[in-house]
Amino acid sequence: MGLLNRLDDPIQGDGIILGTVEDLLNWGRSKSDWYLQFGLACCAIEFMALNAAHFDMMRFGAIPRTSPRQADFIIVSGTVTLKMADRIKTLYEQMSEPRYVMSMGSCANTGGPYWEHGYHVVKGVDRLIPVDVYVPGCPPRPEAFFEGLVKLQKMISTQAIFRKREKMSAEDLAALELRNKKIQEYNERAAQENIEFTNAKHVGYSRYSLDFLNKGEQS
Amino acid sequence: MTANEIYEKLKSEFGDEIISLTEDAANEAFIVVKPQRIVEICLVLRDDPNFKFDYMANLTGMDYPNNLTVVYHLYSIPLNHRIVLKVELNKENPSVESVEKVWKTANWHEREAYDMFGIIFENHPFLVRILTPYDWEGHPLRKDYKEPETYHGVKIAY
Ligand code: SF4
Repeated sequence: MGLLNRLDDPIQGDGIILGTVEDLLNWGRSKSDWYLQFGLACCAIEFMALNAAHFDMMRFGAIPRTSPRQADFIIVSGTVTLKMADRIKTLYEQMSEPRYVMSMGSCANTGGPYWEHGYHVVKGVDRLIPVDVYVPGCPPRPEAFFEGLVKLQKMISTQAIFRKREKMSAEDLAALELRNKKIQEYNERAAQENIEFTNAKHVGYSRYSLDFLNKGEQS
Repeated sequence: MTANEIYEKLKSEFGDEIISLTEDAANEAFIVVKPQRIVEICLVLRDDPNFKFDYMANLTGMDYPNNLTVVYHLYSIPLNHRIVLKVELNKENPSVESVEKVWKTANWHEREAYDMFGIIFENHPFLVRILTPYDWEGHPLRKDYKEPETYHGVKIAY
């Protein structure tokens, strides 16, 4: 990553790194991304191969966790059934921010082979939680998965931590404003009607989260 | 024993309860029986030294145009022979006695048949859905099943 390359820089070199705190934090975060295992079907078999000696996923700094509270991102590998949908939502809500979602395999992306007659299958886990990286394949090759993982790391390492608003696109900014307005409305309503809303409404900063918010309001 | 011998022996013991035997090369031979005395028939099949069907390989439901059918796949490990029983039930009131006390493994198989086809197994110890969520509506493998629009607020159609 950029930070370490600067050591070799003829001007900034000589063992001194000049960079922003944001770079440093993001570098650390992107290289120690712990994941919540969520193996659901045949994709989970491929996922086991990823973790075994040959493909050795831990060299990317990705350590498996079994508790959502210790995880940075969740890998949804396999067929998401409607029976599992509620559990997946709960687990996602239990993860602390910043949190990410990788959807592994056609099933988690779109419903896969069950897209037409799968009365019991959620046609894409993005109907439940906002997905950051989709890995296609049935099941994806480990190489494909690693490409997705590297994409996620890149995403994390360029993410804004400070002064987010200045770095946002106009579209995202508008979405964020709207989101904040909604949260405020929620809070006001909650104060009036004396209800507690779950933190399900306060997810992410992407445009997905807005859809999520709207959905939450309807239900 | 061949399917024909099994059929003859059952016929001599249960008479009218045993309806027919179908044997053709393409399928496994199956015997259609009436639902009323299914437990007794199964007990004889399990305990008679000539049958010794000690292993229920599978129990499932079928949705035919005119009836709902329960299919029992039986296999005898000591004698190495097999037979298929079929019980035809009417669609209005599809209920049959549970064979859970004959073969323990029927417990979950019958729950599955109930879940998927809505066949009621009388005197089953715990007849609740096994695959779909407990609050699911309808029986998905019935031909007239209509997929719900949403489940817990999640759209189901692609
Ligand atoms: S995408 Fe293919 S391999 Fe993965 S869970 Fe679905 S059917 Fe199985």
